[in-house]
Parts: sequence; structure tokens; C-alpha cells
Amino acid sequence: MGIEFVRARLDDRGALVQYMGMVGVLIMLVAIFSSLSEHFFRPQTIPLILNQIPDLIVIAVGMTLVLIIGGIDLSVGSLLALGSAVIGVLMVDHGWSFVSASVVCLLTAGACGLTSGMISVGAKVPSFIVTLGMLEISRGIAYWLTDSQQKYIGSSVESLSLPLPVIGLSSAFLVAFSVVLVTQWVLTRTVFGRYCIAIGTNVEAVRMSGVNTFPYRVAVFTVSGLLCGLAAIMRTTLLPSTDPETGVGMELAAIAACVIGGTSLMGGRGSVINTFFGVLIISVLQTGLAQVGAAEGTKRIITGTVIIVAVILDAIRGRWFAGEGRTLES
Amino acid sequence: MTSVPDRQTIACTVDEASSHLLRCDSLTKRYAVNVLEDVSLELSHGEIHAIVGANGAGKSTFCKIVSGLVRPTSGTMWIRGTEYRPANKRHAETAGVQIVQQELNLIGNLTVAENLLFGRFPHRWGRIHRGELHRRARLALDRFGLDEISLDTPARRLGVGQQQMVEIATALDRDCRVLILDEPTAALTHRETDRLFIWLRKLRDQGVGMIYISHRLEEVIELADRVTVLRDGKKVLSREASCLSADEMVRGMTGDDTLFAHHDFVSHCQSNVRFRVQGIGQRSVLHPTSFDVHAGERLGVAGLIGSGRTELLRAIFGADVADSGHVVLDGDPRPRRFRTPSQAVAAGLAMVTEDRKQSGLLLSQSVMVNATLATMSEFRSAVGIIDHADEWAASTRYRDQLAIRCRDVGQSCDTLSGGNQQKVVIAKWLLRDAKVFLFDEPTRGVDIAATRPIYALFDELAQAGKSLVIVSSDLDELLRNCDRILVLSAGRVTGEFHRDTWSRESIMQAFFAGYTE
Repeated sequence: MGIEFVRARLDDRGALVQYMGMVGVLIMLVAIFSSLSEHFFRPQTIPLILNQIPDLIVIAVGMTLVLIIGGIDLSVGSLLALGSAVIGVLMVDHGWSFVSASVVCLLTAGACGLTSGMISVGAKVPSFIVTLGMLEISRGIAYWLTDSQQKYIGSSVESLSLPLPVIGLSSAFLVAFSVVLVTQWVLTRTVFGRYCIAIGTNVEAVRMSGVNTFPYRVAVFTVSGLLCGLAAIMRTTLLPSTDPETGVGMELAAIAACVIGGTSLMGGRGSVINTFFGVLIISVLQTGLAQVGAAEGTKRIITGTVIIVAVILDAIRGRWFAGEGRTLES
Repeated sequence: MTSVPDRQTIACTVDEASSHLLRCDSLTKRYAVNVLEDVSLELSHGEIHAIVGANGAGKSTFCKIVSGLVRPTSGTMWIRGTEYRPANKRHAETAGVQIVQQELNLIGNLTVAENLLFGRFPHRWGRIHRGELHRRARLALDRFGLDEISLDTPARRLGVGQQQMVEIATALDRDCRVLILDEPTAALTHRETDRLFIWLRKLRDQGVGMIYISHRLEEVIELADRVTVLRDGKKVLSREASCLSADEMVRGMTGDDTLFAHHDFVSHCQSNVRFRVQGIGQRSVLHPTSFDVHAGERLGVAGLIGSGRTELLRAIFGADVADSGHVVLDGDPRPRRFRTPSQAVAAGLAMVTEDRKQSGLLLSQSVMVNATLATMSEFRSAVGIIDHADEWAASTRYRDQLAIRCRDVGQSCDTLSGGNQQKVVIAKWLLRDAKVFLFDEPTRGVDIAATRPIYALFDELAQAGKSLVIVSSDLDELLRNCDRILVLSAGRVTGEFHRDTWSRESIMQAFFAGYTE
């Protein structure tokens, strides 16, 4: 029995092929940019890129969970701004310590996620609409709290985002990477993760199986909010200042990363590891294009094309493996 | 299989072929294996040609090829002597080939009238002509005697049976020389089936050729002129219906003589009442209804579609909250009215729903994920980690017990046949060790060879002391499997029949009692 189980796991070539595909695309991008620009491929470039993106990584992780249960969270960019506004106001105007300000930031963003979840799931309103409302509301509160001012915090908080000796990666990146690993583990190894995937596949079937789906769905929106709070802390230490204008359009970057990683917008399918690769692909692409001196217009056109091609490839892959499963039965 | 035509095909002259409405020669469809192999078939004007076979025998593939949904790997088709190579469904429709598929294809948010004339809207400059639309839709329904269906109802509000009837009416309203019906009666009541048959016979008299697929062999014998039996993608026999018995068909389909052997019913009904339903009602669809179910008893609930059977089960299970009444379970004196399925499941109830794909299964997930869905807590450690090996072993055990045909329990459910999918749903509740099982149309979309294991399962469950409530449109199924049958008509109980005294006629009479009083 045990052997059969292990073999079936190894047989799961779909996941493996997808990992390899993502890594392949990354290598290809690096190769292209290295041939176009002599400055691109240097050992120090990689940590440089990675240290810029921990905030997008954790937000995309939350987005992956929300997409898996068949929802969407458009408020993530605004929650990032609200979180950093909270930190800025508490530290600069009220002299709070960084740690206590960060805790309040997490609680605020988490509460916003919880509210979106309760409304969307409880009142059966599509999460698209509820989080669109939350996008405006939390951005509004961010302006209101800060009087639309940037707040400079200073180098006291920078240490989290500075490269650590030897490895060259920042603590913030390592935290983000741990979030990726833990969430992937939760998704594949725990009951919570199993229910998330089941809910996204067919919420009615889960309900009729006697599972109360409400707490799970609300929890996912709350986690997404909390991760936005974490992203706000990361961005604050990177800059090191806070800005109520920050994070505009971030929800789209996060969704793009998830989609490049093969997460289905229809719910029920997704992988946090692949989302991580998705973020890497987007940022390597953007850094690379900036290095070769591409104009803003060119950058956007290429990024958009990559997103669409990724989804097409994913659809082809899906069909290929679905077909294989079918023939195996007969 | 290569596409070398045999001698007979080459010798076939145009004249010879034109005597048939439709002629298929050596149709083969190959995916990884041959799902259809060298099947030839002729259909004459005004003939009803039934195709029977177990699931996976290639019936649906054959239909899809003829109706242009799938292209054959090799083989040729002629319609009235002209070679016929449909590139898609639309092409087939212009050649007069219409198909009514097994799955319902109505668009839920459009009205009945809009569905009936979809793609053929009467319009001027793109503006739909409402009056004309309604006139033509009414005509199409009236021809079928479907005057009780309102044209302005959104299709999603219709019952499954009514949807099926509308779908058939839609196909018949088009230019139709060859009509393919893939299990049209699966969701129909006897009365609706009778009505359908009258209409099909009328079409036959008009010269329409029909390919008719059904698992219900009595129907095939009653209706068809000719029967072709498929097994594993090959034609086993093809004969006039009048010189073919149900037994012979089953033998051809399964290669198994014992399938239709006389089924001896053994009651496992115990004296103690397991489950009491007291006055459960649902405004406008279900009058307050009361009944008891004993331990080990199999209680059938019969009635026409729309008589409130599904509503009764859903109200008991908390899928819809009942307006009145409560249930009392053995060992728990409190009367309960479940507000959610999770409460009902916690109390030991299980429900196998009518529509597997919509509310029974996580179709794209594996057999294991589905089987353990209601029992996750048993495979979890204190911090919520799933013990995968344990989960794998448990679901494999139930796969073996129920003989679910799959490579292993990691296989995705959308690659399983209907019968195997149904077993996965049942496995979910067996793992849960539920005490009361509510079955809504347990063999719908399950082929005849796979119904027997499900019936055997009913017997085993009853023997283990479980209580079963079985809703079915197939009265024979209930007569065969139940200790007792309750008849619902127009939302109330109009009869209760015990095995030792029941007769088919008296039960059928009760079907209509609620509508005539």
C-alpha cells in the first residue's frame, strides 16, 4: 500500500512538468537579457532583483489562496497603502516603536480582509465587487490618516531590507520565501488547504458533504489581508518611508503572477510555488527590460504578451494532461 | 486500425447506398485505444434503430460521429447515397441530422421560447420579433403536448424532466431527417415517456429515421424496429427488435448470463424505528409529510417529477430549510430541523444527490479527495495535517469494496464513467459511517451493467442496519429494491405500499391521485 502511494505521488508528472516549465522560462529570460545587455547577468544582479520583490511575493501568495477558493481580492494594493500609512502615522506622528506599529498595521489590514470576507461570503456578494469597494475605502482611509502626505521614517527600520552578509539576500526576502513554503505546505498537506481547493472546485458539493464552508472562505480573505499588512511592513523598510499613493495597480501584478503560475481564475487549482515563479518571471522581465533600455510602452506591451502566452501554454498543458488521464481509464 | 476500406465498401454502388437514409461503414474511432471499432450500420427511412451497450461500449462516440461532434479515425458515412462528412454539428444539422444529447444543454437564463429557437431567432435587422418567437415556440411545444410549460419561464426554473422535453422539442422543431436520441428518457417519468413515444412514432410515420440509445431495455423492445448491441466498441449483434429478447440483449452487452437472473429480495428491516420524519413541509411544493424509517429498511419514494420528492429529501437534509416539521433520530430524543447539511451530516445523515456533477462531486479532483471529503477530521492530526498515506489507504479500501474502476485513487473523477462516479459519492458516505442514507435518483446516468452493483450495495447497507430512503423515477427500481414504497403526488403522500401487498397498478394510480382531486 505504502509503495503504491509513493509511486502515485511520483507519477504526478503534471506538477513536475509545470515546475520545470516555469524554471525553463526563467532561464530563457535570463539568457535573452544577458545576450542583449552585458550588465545583466552578474552574480550580484540576482539578489538585487530578489530583494526588491518580497512585498509582491507575499501579496501574490494571499491572492493565490483567494483565487483557489474561487474569489478575487482587488483591494490588496490599497491595503498595502493603508498598512504603511498606519505605520507612518504611528511612528512619525505618535512616536511608536517600529514593532508595535507593525502589529497595528497587521491587525488593520487583517481586519479589512476579514470584513471583505464576511460581507462577500455572508451576504453572498461576489468578492470582485466587495473588494473593489474595499480598494476605494482603504485607499481613502490611507489618505485621510496621512493627510495625503508621505512620511519619512529613516534608516532605523532599514535593516530588514538590507542584504545579509554572505548570502546577499535580505531578511524580508527570506521571510517572504518562508511564507511561500509554509503556504504551499498548508495548501497541500492540511485540512484547511484541502477544503480551500474543494470549495473552489465545487462549493455546493462541499456544502452537501456536510462541511460548513463559511469559516474557511472568510479565513482566506483574512489571510490575504494579513499578508498585505506584512507586505506593507516590508515596503516600509525598503524605502524607508510611507506613501499613501503606494501600491496602485499591485492587485493586477499579483493576479498576473498567479495566472502565469497556472492558478485558475475559476478556482480549485493553483500552486503557491508556481506563483512565486510567476513573480520572479515578471520581475526579471521588468528589470531586464529596464536594463536594455526599453521604453515604458515597449515594457508594457512585452509584459502583457508574456501574461497571455503563459495562459495559453497553461491551457494547452491542461488539455494534454486531461486527455492522458482519460485514455488511461479505457 | 488503418483506414483501408474493405471489399464490400468498394463494391458498394451509389444505388445500393441510396436505399438507406443513413449508412455507416466501418466507423472506427481511436484515442489511445479503439473506442469504436469497425462499426457498420444502416438506418432506413421511418426506422427506429436502437443502440444498446454498457458504458464505454462506444454508443455515445458513435452518436457524436454521426452528429458531427467528433470525427472518425476511419470509415465512411452516406446520407441518401451522398457521402456525408460532417465537419461540425452545424454542418450535420444542415444535412438534417439532429442530436439530443444526454447532458442538458439549455441556457438557464434564457426563457423556454428563446431556447427553443436559439440560433434561429425570427428577427428584423437584428431585433428579435417577440410575437413571432412566441408563436413558433408555442407551436413547437403544442405539437408535443407540452402546454403546461410557460414560454416565459427561464429554463433554469424547469425541472430536469421538463428541460429534457424542451430539448427534444427543440431538435424536433428543426429540419430533421435523422434524429439521434442519447438516453432521452433518463430523467422522464412514465407519463412523459409515453408522451415522447407517441411523438416518436408519429415522426417515424413521417419517414424520419431515428437512432435511439437507452439503458432501459423494455423501452427498446417497445419502441425500436431494429436493435444493435455494442460491446467494447464493437458490434456484437444487430437484429429486428421483434426477434430479440431483453435477456439476449443483456448477454450481448455484457457477455454475462447471470445479470438478469431473478433477483430475490431479502428484507433486512428491523423492528426499531431509526428515523422519524414529522410534518416536514416546504411552502407551495411540499405539504407537511410524516413517515418512519426502520433500521435496515429500504423505503422507496415514488412519484412524478415535480411531485416534491427531491424537495422532501433536501428539506430533511437541511439543503433547503424546511418551513415546518422536524425529524427525530434514534438515540436522540430532541426533534431537529436541520438548517444546514453540516448539521444533518453530524447527526448521521447522508445524501446522494440527483445531480452528481452539480452537487455531488468535485469533478476535477481525485477519487481520494472526493471519498474523504466528509471525513477529513479522521485523517488529521492535532494541528490539521492530513495523513496522506492513511487517507490513500482508506480510500483504496473503499475503492476495492465498491469495485470502483480506476487506475488508482489518485485518478481524477471526470475521467470515470457515471456508475463509477456514483460509487465514489457513496464511498464518501460509507467512510463517514452514516446511519441514514437519502438517495435521489441513484442510478441516473448509470448504465445497466453498473446498476446491479449499486443494488447489491443497497442490500449490504440494509443488512448492516442502515436506513435507506430511495427516490427514483424508475418504479421497477423501487419495486426491486424496497421494503416499502411511499408515493408523493402534487406535494403530498397519496399512498403507502408494502412489498407483500403492492401492485404496480395501485402504485401508478397513486402517482396521479394528488393532481386529480
